[in-house]
Amino acid sequence: MTDAAIDISAGSFKPGTSDAEIEAAAAKAAQHRRRAVIFWRLAILVVFLAAWEVAGRMAWIDPFFYATPSAIALRLYEWVTEGTSEGPLWYHLYVTMEESVLGFVSGSVAGIIIGVALGRNRMAADIFSIYIKVINSIPRVVLAPIFIMILGLGLASKVALAFIMVFFVVFHNAFQGVREADRAMIANARILGASDWQLTRSVIVPSAMSWIFASLHVSFGFAIIGAIVGEFVGSRYGIGLLINIAKGSFDAAGMYAAIVVIMVVALGAEYLMTMVENRVAKWRPQPLHETQ
Amino acid sequence: MAHEKNAPAIELINVSRRFLSPTGKSLTAIRDFTMTVERGEFVAVVGPTGCGKSTTLNLVTGLASPSAGEVRVMGAPVKGIDPRIGFVFQTDALFPWRTVIENVMAGPLFRGKPRPQAQVAARDWLARVGLSRFEQHYPHQLSGGMRKRVALAQTFINGPEVLLMDEPFSALDVQTRVLMHEELLRLWSEARASVVFVTHDLEEAIALADKVYVLTAGPATVKSVYTIDLPRPRVVADIRYEQSFIDYSRTIWADLKEEVETSYARAAA
Repeated sequence: MTDAAIDISAGSFKPGTSDAEIEAAAAKAAQHRRRAVIFWRLAILVVFLAAWEVAGRMAWIDPFFYATPSAIALRLYEWVTEGTSEGPLWYHLYVTMEESVLGFVSGSVAGIIIGVALGRNRMAADIFSIYIKVINSIPRVVLAPIFIMILGLGLASKVALAFIMVFFVVFHNAFQGVREADRAMIANARILGASDWQLTRSVIVPSAMSWIFASLHVSFGFAIIGAIVGEFVGSRYGIGLLINIAKGSFDAAGMYAAIVVIMVVALGAEYLMTMVENRVAKWRPQPLHETQ
Repeated sequence: MAHEKNAPAIELINVSRRFLSPTGKSLTAIRDFTMTVERGEFVAVVGPTGCGKSTTLNLVTGLASPSAGEVRVMGAPVKGIDPRIGFVFQTDALFPWRTVIENVMAGPLFRGKPRPQAQVAARDWLARVGLSRFEQHYPHQLSGGMRKRVALAQTFINGPEVLLMDEPFSALDVQTRVLMHEELLRLWSEARASVVFVTHDLEEAIALADKVYVLTAGPATVKSVYTIDLPRPRVVADIRYEQSFIDYSRTIWADLKEEVETSYARAAA
């Protein structure tokens, strides 16, 4: 047995312990650790919610403003079973998701195409960089009233806002990813016989893909922000509208309930994105699992 | 055509290459550089680090063009990237998102061969470099030596008449490097390509090449040329213990040493 093997088990094994025994002990320790992590996660959540509930009931905090977990849960239950005052919850959620997804998809596609195009063309990049900087310096949400004025209260104005939120993030990463593409790899492809288009398609874009994916991760969240801010400013349906109405009627539980709904959706989207990324990027080295 | 048939594989005639540094200063990488590589000849180029060895290769590929002088491949001046040229890089230039076989297929596919045909050829080359079992692996799952063998297959599949190698094995450990030398000589003797092999390792140069060019410290120009008259086929692992190898080594090192010292003194100044 080597010194390294003894080190792994922090000296707790006697000489002569078999590999199988060490592996079994390591597997047991890993499982133990996983359970501890899950336990503490749940414990923190329970303590937090309980403290909130108790603080609300004992009037340490004003439930009129802060609601209580039980009130929020009740409101969610009402929304799910009976629908909101503005109609079924699902329809509002559907509207917000439709706006977000359309904005996200169109914004990412445009961001990738323009990012790659400018990344490949130095001259165009130098010319347009100043305008991109200028437009990028505008806080995107100030465009909401303009979009609503031009495109109306319906879908188009929210999609436009989600688009503009997503576009710049994806554009920047695609552009940077193209610029960072390995020079030896590019030279290799060209000598192997790649034309300009082949080079872009089968070398530049794949090598920029990890940059692009990093931006897609955050930008779905941005798309939701765009949609909801648009709904705040003016809309007939959507989660943003629910929050707005809850605010107007001092319904704290309703506001928090809407936030919970959006939170769940955003987490689901994030999970989906990670799954897609792992699929696409299966060529990347897996992180080594350290033996504890 | 007759003229082309008899012409050497590569000619560099009084070539200079200058470029601008990021601060806008004009620098000379190589100066009055003249070199001829006959067809089927294995030429090694040695010189101190950073003297402009790689620049000479870039001029032959057409990735860079000379500021003065002329570069000819098979008798014709270089215009753009020549499909008869293969290049093995110092760094890992494989496409990490493609499997081993997809990497080897890249060249034929870029050149418009149908996929099934490219696949057959790639299988053949993977067998020749002994990597048939690793077809579906990704480059990060292979060792450095295996990745280099994939790179060799990727280059040889295009049937290059001119093979340029830029310190291809410098990142490998010594034992793997010797195996790669054997592999390269075997592939070369089958393909009979003309090779320019750039290295800073003199023993590697002598063990592999027919001719060794010694370059001066930058700006690089040819200092001297040695013809290595060791019999082929060579066994790289053993050749370094032969008296004639040691004699070559001693003579050329005496020559190269001055340049290495000049280059070192300049870097220290």
